[in-house]
Amino acid sequence: MESDSLILKVDNLAVHLDGQKILHDVSFDLNRGDTVAIVGPNGAGKSVLFRALLSLVPYTGTVTWTKGIKINYIPQRFTIDRDFPLTVREFLQFKTKNHHAILDALRSVGITDEHHINHYLLNQRLGWLSGGQIQRVLIAWAIVDEPDVILFDEPTAGIDVGGEETIYHLIKKLKNEKDLTILIISHDLNVVYKYATSVLCLNKDMICYGTPAEALDPSSLKALYGEATFFTHHHHQK
Amino acid sequence: MNIFTLQLIIGALIGIGAGYIGAFMILRRMALVGDALSHVALPGLAVALLFGFNSFLGAFTALFIAIVGIWILERKTNLPSETLVGIFFTTALALGILLTPQPELLEALFGDIGNVAHMDLYITLPIVALVIIILKLISKPLTLSTISKELTQSMSMKIPVNAINFIFLALIAVIVALGIKVTGTLLMGALVIIPAAAARNISRTFSHYAFMSAVLGGITAIAGIAIAYHYNFAPGPLVVLSGGVLFLISLLFKQ
Repeated sequence: MESDSLILKVDNLAVHLDGQKILHDVSFDLNRGDTVAIVGPNGAGKSVLFRALLSLVPYTGTVTWTKGIKINYIPQRFTIDRDFPLTVREFLQFKTKNHHAILDALRSVGITDEHHINHYLLNQRLGWLSGGQIQRVLIAWAIVDEPDVILFDEPTAGIDVGGEETIYHLIKKLKNEKDLTILIISHDLNVVYKYATSVLCLNKDMICYGTPAEALDPSSLKALYGEATFFTHHHHQK
Repeated sequence: MNIFTLQLIIGALIGIGAGYIGAFMILRRMALVGDALSHVALPGLAVALLFGFNSFLGAFTALFIAIVGIWILERKTNLPSETLVGIFFTTALALGILLTPQPELLEALFGDIGNVAHMDLYITLPIVALVIIILKLISKPLTLSTISKELTQSMSMKIPVNAINFIFLALIAVIVALGIKVTGTLLMGALVIIPAAAARNISRTFSHYAFMSAVLGGITAIAGIAIAYHYNFAPGPLVVLSGGVLFLISLLFKQ
């Protein structure tokens, strides 16, 4: 890899919250265009890693983003009251008033019917949308100001299985279209094999980092999920 | 300008300010904080009465101290602040009742818009205008952080969420201190909660909601003061009752 494509360098990152070790000794490099999946059991510190990368929690070690890099973040568990008085239009306008940019972003996430967008979706309350629709609008929100990097925290939580598959497809499509670098927390190892260029396994310590085929060997899977895990890897690739 | 017109104008201004800030408060689930908070004004009011300085300043000082307290608690602990707020604010009310000179106690508890002077208009008008302008300026991060603090903090343009929270709390202190003139310390909570709750029923977009909340706040205050004047009642309770009626009507138009 040429050094100019380096986008993030993490060295010896550790996070302690209320005296508890949450993350320890995490080091990795990220290149432009990578799709990195972060896997690990519940409580492994995956979300905390994101928050540290965004400087939202105190940490030790170094996190160095290349200068001028624009990062957007889609947190896990985005919930909004059904009767929260905020329309999709108002929500997207927090980012930009440019109607064309909004239309473009919605088109990119697969909402293409302009009549539907202008006469229905944009005037709809955000809280009235279904889980999958909210997820699409959130992704549109994340791409509308043209970031270089997007951090997704379990983008499919609360979405049915069919929807899950399309959200991942969508992320992959966006990545290719918009030259994005993506970090994604996922609990589904099949998804990791299918979509990620590299994988970072986390269980408070960094267990592995590399391409999915190399990194997810039996010993790191054991360190991640314990002795009793039997994971069979089906080859989905065509 | 006669005293009744003056009452109506000052009442309407305070109602508009309270309605507008209340719109943000109930979205942030601060309805009861607003209610309890107004009780804190009483000891400040009492001290102002005892030492003969402006009651707005007395109330505001007490509220401001309480607000700083909440802000620090919110940041330093992850405790649900409800309990602490409950203890702290009722204690303040008890202290205030003891400290307030007996003849003024009823006015302090239930408002005294009956004896406003022109001076009050000169204080109220610029303060309410300023509060609305500042709120308008911080409205975007304030709304966004209500939906998701993480989303706001992580936005590519850095938004100082904590600083904005503090400004917001300080503005609440200003409005509550002003509103005590209209409804008194016991009922001020209603003037920020009810118009916003009613506006939420009838609005789909945020801009309509915030606007209607301010309008309904103004209507509530005017209706209450006018009815009270006409039938020679205390205005405070009637302002709150008018708000209650408006809320019931709003239920018929629920979006």
